[in-house]
Amino acid sequence: MKVGILQFPGSNCDQDMFHVCSQVMGLQTTYLWHKNTSLESADLIILPGGFSYGDYLRCGAIARFSPIMRSVIDHAKDGGLVLGVCNGFQILCESGLLPGALVRNQNLKFICKPISVKVCNTNSPATLLAKTDSVLTIPIAHGEGNYQADDSTLADLETGGQVVLRYCDASGTTSSISNPNGSRNNIAGICSAMGNVVGMMPHPERCSESALGCSDGLVVFESYLECFSKSAALA
Amino acid sequence: MCGRTPESPCINNALMKARITITPKKSILDPQGEAVKQAIHHLDMPCVQEVRVGKYIELDIDGSDLAKTQEKLETICRDLLSNPVVEDYRLDLQA
Repeated sequence: MKVGILQFPGSNCDQDMFHVCSQVMGLQTTYLWHKNTSLESADLIILPGGFSYGDYLRCGAIARFSPIMRSVIDHAKDGGLVLGVCNGFQILCESGLLPGALVRNQNLKFICKPISVKVCNTNSPATLLAKTDSVLTIPIAHGEGNYQADDSTLADLETGGQVVLRYCDASGTTSSISNPNGSRNNIAGICSAMGNVVGMMPHPERCSESALGCSDGLVVFESYLECFSKSAALA
Repeated sequence: MCGRTPESPCINNALMKARITITPKKSILDPQGEAVKQAIHHLDMPCVQEVRVGKYIELDIDGSDLAKTQEKLETICRDLLSNPVVEDYRLDLQA
């Protein structure tokens, strides 16, 4: 599996993501500059966190029109794997690859801390190897992570099993108390109807090595490798 | 459309002005608006019922074709300047 990590002006989690994919996972990994159009035959495209284009206008609003995004949209429409983390999730929503939008946190604060999330869907390529209803501790770091969608979109996400991660407490209970930012239904991560596009606010790349104090995020990368290996075996 | 490209500067000097107001949709909780409302209440104006904080964007545009410019700007408002999932926009274009 070859990984392509997008770089926009203002991306700042690209190197962490590169480190985990190449050094921890041992995968062939390359950076993809936003002005290029080639995905360099990468199988998994990752949109890392950061503040693309300074978050001007809205988070992800300008990155969405970068030349590379046309290729990412084509890749996604062909069933290719796409993962957006934090600002990457915001870009995926702005570009229409994922439904809904991420708006200002309800308490108006930038929140940067490890948080508990419950795995609600183990069919998504990002959670294939996680246990259903297991609780992962993964850091969040955002000012605009409040997931909003209209009632019918939300109902579609719930009935289609597209909610991948939900904010919860340490015991796995999801409630308004365990909701850090006001996201509807405690949503921390979703996937597309086809399942190949995943967006999440938590940063798995920041907790994928025991040296960092927690390696709960590693299951995300291992799941992608498993998903890719399985589909390659079927092809 | 607007009589000007980066290579060919404006010939007729006609100018239009677009004023675009973007506000959070009524159905979306606007935490900034809520915080500002509380502050207004503290300033002894409890009659203020609702505050919504949005954006105001002004464009100066070379050219004079109002209809074509309006059509193009509607697309730009919808695709770039606002996010229809969570925001409404109002476009006012004048020669």
